[in-house]
Amino acid sequence: MIRNCTFSFFICVFLSCSSDNSNDQETYTPIEISLEVPKLFEDKLIAPVIPVNNRLTVEGVALGRKLFFDPILSGDNSVSCATCHDPKKAFTDNLQFSEGINGRIGTRNSMPLFNLAWNFDERFAWDGKEFSLEKQAFEPVTNSKEMNNDWKTVATRLINHSEYPELFKQAFGNIPVDSNLVVKAIAQFERTLISGNAKFDKFLRGETTLTTQEQNGLDVFMQETKGDCFHCHGNPNNPLWTDNQFHNNGLDETFSDLGLGAVTGDPNDNGKFRSPSLRNLAFTSPYMHDGRFTTLDEVIDHYSEGLKNSTTIDPLMKKIDQGGVNLTTQDKADLKVFLLTLSDSDFLNNPNFQKP
Amino acid sequence: MLKFLYSLTLLLCLVSCSSNEDTILQSKKITVNFVHKWDDVVVTKADFNSKSFETENEDKVSIELYRYVLSNIKLVDANNNETDVSDYLLIDLGEEKNLSFEIDKILINGTYSLNFTFGFSDEDNKDGEYADLNSANFNVPTSLGGGYHYMQFDGKYTNTTTTMPSGFNYHAIRAADITDPANPVYEDTSIPISLTNIEVTDGDIVINVTVDISQWFEDPNTWDLNTLNQMLMPNFDAQKLMSANGATVFSLDNDS
Ligand code: HEC
Ligand code: HEC
Repeated sequence: MIRNCTFSFFICVFLSCSSDNSNDQETYTPIEISLEVPKLFEDKLIAPVIPVNNRLTVEGVALGRKLFFDPILSGDNSVSCATCHDPKKAFTDNLQFSEGINGRIGTRNSMPLFNLAWNFDERFAWDGKEFSLEKQAFEPVTNSKEMNNDWKTVATRLINHSEYPELFKQAFGNIPVDSNLVVKAIAQFERTLISGNAKFDKFLRGETTLTTQEQNGLDVFMQETKGDCFHCHGNPNNPLWTDNQFHNNGLDETFSDLGLGAVTGDPNDNGKFRSPSLRNLAFTSPYMHDGRFTTLDEVIDHYSEGLKNSTTIDPLMKKIDQGGVNLTTQDKADLKVFLLTLSDSDFLNNPNFQKP
Repeated sequence: MLKFLYSLTLLLCLVSCSSNEDTILQSKKITVNFVHKWDDVVVTKADFNSKSFETENEDKVSIELYRYVLSNIKLVDANNNETDVSDYLLIDLGEEKNLSFEIDKILINGTYSLNFTFGFSDEDNKDGEYADLNSANFNVPTSLGGGYHYMQFDGKYTNTTTTMPSGFNYHAIRAADITDPANPVYEDTSIPISLTNIEVTDGDIVINVTVDISQWFEDPNTWDLNTLNQMLMPNFDAQKLMSANGATVFSLDNDS
């Protein structure tokens, strides 16, 4: 009996050793990378948000990219993240409301995806309901109007796939493939989506000049007595071109979509949505959380003479009884030309951001 | 002679030892709390939006955004020795950011004053230099001289003539007159504040600074929101009035 025990003890030791050994040999260490932060961002902004438990690796980003473009995540293998977040449209689509699985329509305009690691408060979606990129990525997969799947099915499909098991192993080691790893990989890829090479960036770097019209448009944007856009949408020292905060910019008198108010439960937040970045507007029409405006002219007309009063309207909105600040036709045209200097076609064409 | 040297050395040793003992300098935890009030009533983020406060001019005011910079924060002793507390702080009442600030410093017991600047003096008001303030979107347009806001105070007001709540943006910056853009006139309207008679004794120190928001509308200039409500940044005279009124906003909380 004792001998038996000793024997099995040895076996145990032996086994554990050997399994340890084989682990060591098989475990691949993914290669850590850091974000390629544009000089302007590095100079002007605090560090991007990278969670300590999900640092970027070559393998993680590559896996995330593959998953992002792969309809395998959706119930009937028809919809990928890229269906509504198309790289050729700065990772949004041109529909008022995106079409998910079986042509089902949501109630919000799809959001473009870039510079997400600089959303310092990590409140994602129009209403801030998602608290990190990792958490956000859980949502579309099971949303019945988007990908209408369940995570068990996703995991089974990935485990039985010809390539994915190896890719997950390279990115995350021997951890079983599940939803947590899927969202980690996707979030890694999303953090690499950086847009920082628009004409205006080149202007700030001293590589090009602005036309008189663009210069005047910037002035309209920056002057409190004119557009006064900068209090919410950034400025040349804040190259994100958003404050990522929640405001009611006067779209409606009553709200069918409560926005932040539905998330916080505070009626003072009704009708508040996150200020979007004004980068890449050339590619992201239609505009606003419900895609109500097709053109930038409509957006500018809204701020100039279309404001609707409500109890939660932002105090920065001026002359509401006159519909707004009533910009001249020239100032409106110049403002639009300036806004378009924030669009970055290099971002659309970056080979690292295309379907693998 | 040798004996003398020996005793001298011994003496020196003793003296240096004993003086060491006297001033064993221990660092103390200094906590500065910023307690916001309207007159005597504490204001917190829970009071934002819905609660209404009355100004000297009998305007009813609600608060939606209240954030400001204090810079060059120092403790100064009776001999004018300065101990740095912080280069600058962006205090945000609605986000509850930096309402309390802690630092460990070596301080000898005595009487101190807490000195700081509301906003940035011209010397420190460097355009685009502070990454955290850029990230918080606190910049001032270059056409107005650049640099940073001193304060953004947004809300709505009503009174006997303005019955529908109407927005105001009490934004304090360095005063700028750009009526002739080629020859802008600037004036440093940051406010030096000195809160005196802080007794530092053994143990940790807690300094409660009262920030009385009502003072912005009151002393010495009674503020009429019907005339001064929005687009105050390029308004040189309004900036001067704000600067004058700000002097009485900060005080030491005597209860502490
Ligand atoms: C059917 C269209 C659709 C699909 C598919 C879809 N999204 Fe979205 N996405 C949206 C819409 C609409 C929003 C805005 C949601 C809201 O505000 O409620 C959004 C918002 C986001 C945001 C927030 C961006 C920000 O700045 O706050 C991220 C990140 C995102 N999606 C990533 C993904 C990922 C990753 C996938 C795939 C797993 C995906 N989306 C699939 C339509 C879609
Ligand atoms: C009080 C803050 C605030 C100010 C000031 C402001 N905006 Fe906005 N802006 C927002 C918010 C919030 C949204 C999103 C609103 C929504 O969808 O409900 C928005 C949306 C937009 C959009 C749509 C972008 C998209 O991707 O859908 C554009 C374009 C825009 N604003 C331009 C401007 C311009 C130009 C000005 C100055 C004339 C300006 N904004 C002033 C807060 C502001």
